[in-house]
Amino acid sequence: MSVLPAAPPAASVERFSPVGEVALLVRRMGAMCLVELQKLRHDRTELVTRTVQPALWLAVFGTTFSRIHAIPTGSTPYLDFLAPGILAQSALFIAIFYGIQVIWERDAGVLAKLLVTPTPRTALVTAKAFAAGIRALVQAVVVVVIALLLGVGFTANPFKLLGAAAVVVLGSAFFCCLSITLAGVVLSRDRLMGIGQAITMPLFFASNALYPVDLMPGWLQVINKVNPLSYEVDALRGLLIGTPARLGLDAVVLVVAAAVMISVASALLPRLARG
Amino acid sequence: MTDPVRTQGLHYAFSDHVAVAELDLALHPGEVFGLLGPNGAGKTTTIRVITTLLPAPPGVVTVAGLDVARHRRQVRRLLGYVPQQLSADASLSGRENVALFARLFDVPRRERADAVDSVLDAMGLTEAADRTASTYSGGMVRRLELAQALVSAPQVLVLDEPTVGLDPVARSGVWDRIHEVRRETGMTVLVTTHAMEEAELHCDRVALLHRGRKRAEGTPTELMDALGPDATLDDVFRHHTGDTLTQSGQEGSMRDVRTARRTARRVG
Ligand SMILES: Nc1ncnc2c1ncn2[C@@H]1O[C@H](COP(=O)(O)OP(=O)(O)OP(=O)(O)O)[C@@H](O)[C@H]1O
Ligand SMILES: [Mg+2]
Repeated sequence: MSVLPAAPPAASVERFSPVGEVALLVRRMGAMCLVELQKLRHDRTELVTRTVQPALWLAVFGTTFSRIHAIPTGSTPYLDFLAPGILAQSALFIAIFYGIQVIWERDAGVLAKLLVTPTPRTALVTAKAFAAGIRALVQAVVVVVIALLLGVGFTANPFKLLGAAAVVVLGSAFFCCLSITLAGVVLSRDRLMGIGQAITMPLFFASNALYPVDLMPGWLQVINKVNPLSYEVDALRGLLIGTPARLGLDAVVLVVAAAVMISVASALLPRLARG
Repeated sequence: MTDPVRTQGLHYAFSDHVAVAELDLALHPGEVFGLLGPNGAGKTTTIRVITTLLPAPPGVVTVAGLDVARHRRQVRRLLGYVPQQLSADASLSGRENVALFARLFDVPRRERADAVDSVLDAMGLTEAADRTASTYSGGMVRRLELAQALVSAPQVLVLDEPTVGLDPVARSGVWDRIHEVRRETGMTVLVTTHAMEEAELHCDRVALLHRGRKRAEGTPTELMDALGPDATLDDVFRHHTGDTLTQSGQEGSMRDVRTARRTARRVG
């Protein structure tokens, strides 16, 4: 038998330091993102099945509406206008699934095991949020390739592409934590599936993903204003297609929304683990 | 030397349902301590408090002298924990499962690959290390979970029903590994079970829980001798729990069935 790692000497009380905490957070995010990529490597079918829907939206809905000019998008072809919206949508659908995953992890004992590692809850939730972002990003690359094949004119500017990647990760982090928060409230997988289905489509339709804000009725414009998905889409459009966008505002809203949601989800995680 | 795990007057209630009451435990360094009891006795609840998963008031539970209420993160560093359910990630390989926990316990990068290899080897999983855990048998999943718990070189290994649902060969496989590790590292093992013959064979000392209270404590031999010649640990169990296994499980039965089903689904 090989030599096992020996137990460390008697416990010493760790000193709290802000730098140490940030380093820990970064390490945990790295560990969870790596696991996410490893899972994707073992099972690529999900990557493929999750491509079907955005591909249909772009190929069928996008090209048809482009041709009949039903939605006025100025000088931008409708397909170009739509592509960032579909990108955000596919990220949303992936992220919303994470609450269900966390409930499953609780039932399977995985969550308990993670909580008995020296990882603060916030780090665990942040790590999950960014893992969702990484997964969404891999999916986004596939969607971008499809859009390019359909003739969408995306930017080739590497800085703008990097910016778009950051936006996808932030948006996914928000929706992942929204989903974990809902999981912490309802505690059961069946109820969460119901709620997940009930909110994802409205989030999508009450956003600027499919049509310009000016076309919306007044009440929908109000919802659109508080819907983080709209800020995600606005930023993606500005960066990838070059339409006028309030990038500064979008970035602030996405960062703040993600940070708030991470805190709320972290606060609810113990309740979820106990439930 | 400080007790690896110590509880004094531990009390835990789920709303108004008392799961653990007035529990005093003191584990000795390097021993295998068995927490025995029928379904719903409070074994898992006790373990969840010790592992910081459920809150304890200050001064009630210590691990290696550290109060779990005040030094949660340091306590977690000292623990290796295997929950009652089969909890390895089926969509990752054995090696990836273990490497994740090496990272989460901050095993330094230079030592990580070696640490992962050596625990996989110690658990007899070297050949299966690069297959996804979905292809593992129940016994292999348990040994993988032991590897996950051991990669951080814990001082105390906490195992909740490590052999439930395993066939006799897989059971002795798991116990053999536990004893090997203990011999080599001197770590303390806290284990729950309701299989009395296992407790008799493998535990240095045991405490018998029933309805959240400690009914007996000592070496298996002491407990059996106290009851009379020819008494088995099964007799001790029956004597102290007062009724049959099925009756005493009533309170916990719904949850337990659910847990068993989940486990079955994951293994299947
Ligand atoms: N999350 C919970 N909410 C409410 N009651 C609970 C919860 N967890 C456990 N209980 C109750 O607390 C009591 C002790 O349960 P516990 O899981 O600690 O028993 P156990 O000894 O581990 O049983 P088993 O051998 O079936 O695993 C039981 O009556 C159980 O129904
Ligand atoms: Mg139990």
